[in-house]
Amino acid sequence: MLFKTASSPHQNQAITVDQVMQKVLLALIPGTIAAIVFFGWGVFINIIIASLTALTCEALMLVLRNRPVKPYLTDGSAIVTACLLALALPQLAPWWLTVIGTAFAIIFAKHLYGGLGFNPFNPAMAGYVVVIISFPREMTQWVPPLIEGYTHLNFIETFKLIFTGIAPDRFSWDAITMATPLDTLKVQLGLELSINDIHQHKTYGPLFGSLSGVGWEWINGLFLASGIWLAYKRLIDWRIPAGVLGMLFFLSNSFALYDYASFTPPSFHLFSGGIMLGAFFIATDPVTASTTRKGRWLYGMGIGLLIFIIRTWGGYPDGIAFAVLLMNMAAPLLDYYTMPRAYGHQWYEIPGYHKEDQDE
Amino acid sequence: MTEHSNQLSNFHGGLKLSGHKTMSITSPISQAKIPAKVIIPLHQHIGDSGELLVKTGDKVLKGQPLTQPTSYVSAPVHASTSGTITEITEHKIPHPSGLSAACVVIETDGKDEWIELTPVKNYQQLDATDLRNIIRHAGIVGLGGAAFPTAVKLNPGPTHTIETVIFNGAECEPYITCDDMLMRERADEIISGIQISLHVLNSDNGIIAIESNKPEAIGALKQAIKKNNTTNIKVISIPALYPTGGEKQLIKVITGKEVPSNGLPADIGAVVQNVGTMAAIHQAIHFGKPLISRIVTITGKGVKKPQNLDTLIGTPMSELISQCGGYKENADHLVMGGPMMGFTLTTDQLPIIKGCNCLLVESSDDQQTQRRVMPCIRCGECARVCPATLLPQQLYWYASSKNFDKVQDYHLFDCIECGCCAYVCPSQIPLVQYYRFAKTEIWNLERDRQKSDHARIRHDFRQTRLEKEKQEREERLRKKKEMLAKKKQENPETADKDPKQAAIEAALARVKEKKEQAGINPKNVENLTEAQQKLIEEADSRRQQSKVE
Repeated sequence: MLFKTASSPHQNQAITVDQVMQKVLLALIPGTIAAIVFFGWGVFINIIIASLTALTCEALMLVLRNRPVKPYLTDGSAIVTACLLALALPQLAPWWLTVIGTAFAIIFAKHLYGGLGFNPFNPAMAGYVVVIISFPREMTQWVPPLIEGYTHLNFIETFKLIFTGIAPDRFSWDAITMATPLDTLKVQLGLELSINDIHQHKTYGPLFGSLSGVGWEWINGLFLASGIWLAYKRLIDWRIPAGVLGMLFFLSNSFALYDYASFTPPSFHLFSGGIMLGAFFIATDPVTASTTRKGRWLYGMGIGLLIFIIRTWGGYPDGIAFAVLLMNMAAPLLDYYTMPRAYGHQWYEIPGYHKEDQDE
Repeated sequence: MTEHSNQLSNFHGGLKLSGHKTMSITSPISQAKIPAKVIIPLHQHIGDSGELLVKTGDKVLKGQPLTQPTSYVSAPVHASTSGTITEITEHKIPHPSGLSAACVVIETDGKDEWIELTPVKNYQQLDATDLRNIIRHAGIVGLGGAAFPTAVKLNPGPTHTIETVIFNGAECEPYITCDDMLMRERADEIISGIQISLHVLNSDNGIIAIESNKPEAIGALKQAIKKNNTTNIKVISIPALYPTGGEKQLIKVITGKEVPSNGLPADIGAVVQNVGTMAAIHQAIHFGKPLISRIVTITGKGVKKPQNLDTLIGTPMSELISQCGGYKENADHLVMGGPMMGFTLTTDQLPIIKGCNCLLVESSDDQQTQRRVMPCIRCGECARVCPATLLPQQLYWYASSKNFDKVQDYHLFDCIECGCCAYVCPSQIPLVQYYRFAKTEIWNLERDRQKSDHARIRHDFRQTRLEKEKQEREERLRKKKEMLAKKKQENPETADKDPKQAAIEAALARVKEKKEQAGINPKNVENLTEAQQKLIEEADSRRQQSKVE
């Protein structure tokens, strides 16, 4: 009888790219539910719009690029991109904004660079940056948390608002939308108010919870928990979030110790905005991150540093997208200079060191 | 003998694999039947094949050499049973290429009659060179799979002192149990072979390294050590972590040192030998028997009765399979070696060779039949498990883009092809295949470069030679001209004449001068008669006349 041939090894473990993506999606669920609970149906509607756009664009690009549609469409990577982007957008972002962001992410940031595995920039963050630069006003349509004293929209009203831009008669636009706590803090600190003053403020005060903003602390806490689960399952490398959060903690703590009145405390930094989503789900995108151990530490720490700089002195309330994209650029360089010492080689043989220099 | 497991180091990465070993160790090692014919490839080892000693029609006895080694890194092959050579021909051999090679085909006579054997009575009295020669002529090669001539490995050369001699009984690949069974059943032979090797290497003590998942083998060897009152050999249990049985990894685990890239274990004072090879050395020295059989594990979910068979070299694989009850319905792949590093064979009509430790029959549910290769997502799992601390995803990237300079910057040639990276790859990329491809391409380029270098050197040499000849010619011409010019200055009157005429005149002058010097004058001119005198004068005048004319 004739046997089939194959290249060694002749066995492998079960986990596949699809399963990695599925587990990442699974890990997004708790934080997403918290977001819906605290900020309403807008989050959910955004995810649906983004996912449909992503799948459509993915299929379109695969056809145009003459690639097999089914295996790539079902690998889950487009949905992950869509969810990450949707979770980063304001809850009442108009539908076309979500569509533009997602389409840019999939068509430009992903497929024009060669599709899955070949994109140098995180597609979700590239899409996010396009919309935040192009449509700054729409990108501020955040809603206040669902607590007493603030307006709430039901599903139908939210749906109508996202698709038509028409607010229900009973509310004015100003009552529906509100800056995020992170943005509020930044603006008010800029107006020479102290942290304490802001927390006592009659309008903004109730927005702040025990760690950061009401709702935000829950969302971030849940993303942290499921991120730890992902790291434990080794679906992401723990070094990247550890680098991001460690650096952000170190810097915010140092500055808060120096001047607690005018610098945001570390607890607030670590539990507000998209930080946990960014640290565990966005920065860890392996395609665009560094691949070596040391490189991943540096990559994470670089993101943490940039987030702190942008949040503290930059023009945007949250700087995750910019921080991630900037470090994406550095990833190949980090990889090259953090190459591990291979078995049987000397440390000076790794790039960045030259034996000749040592000998002289 | 205490275990020093606390002193062990570890290598980077590695995989905890499920062993699948129990299926083939339920029964003891059985003797494989003598087949109707054995097919013995002349080249079964690393190095040169030997010179053929037999011809078609010869009757051969068991253990009779069929070839003799022609160079230092070479090993002979022997008739594994008695019979008649029916043909010496190209036959398919178990090799990844699937190609054929020269084989001696022996029709067996069933008598299994040995050639006269010459055991060594007291090996301690022989020096290392003699023992190495016996081992060399017994055709012993590393039985762990690589089949490197053992005599060469037992000669580290005068520049190396061997401090650590490791006997490899790790057997880290799943499914394979031939070393395990050998250690359990023939521990004495192994210990005896180890003593001979230590004597040859002039080393005081040896370490037998066995993965901790083989307690029976560890026990058997310890027992044998105790029984023989051996004090210079110790058994060390090492953690079961693939590929801890790889030479470089094992050295790291035992000594904490790393074999330098492009170097040999002897460079750091270490030698690693497989335990099966030790049993073969024992047979060669104490019984004079060459390497004509080995233990082969026949296993896998696609074969009915997995077991270990003591097999004559050259036995067709199909015979072993039928002795193991044949294939199951779902038999799908036939692998020589283990599931991690073995290679697939297209047919079982191939002979067992010295390096064949295992025949693995995989069933259709073993393999992921629908292996869907996705793009690399740079997850870095491969780098985490790589026992050589390489960056497999970078190697893959550069190998697939044929960037052969860069791929060497990332130390492609330190890759041992263990398959850990491909095992964990979520994109199911056959990474090792890419590395093999890149290595082969680089070797080809290197060969081409050497060829073109050679041609260039020859061309350059020829050019220089021609140039030199031309210069020499010109130099001669120049000198001649100079000489003439000089002469012209010295005697201008001769120089005015036609140079040919001048040369003739000069020659005549020289002749005349010579004549005068030699005193060439007419002889017998005294006491002549008048008539005679007259005749002479006449003749002289005629001569004078003809000269004038």
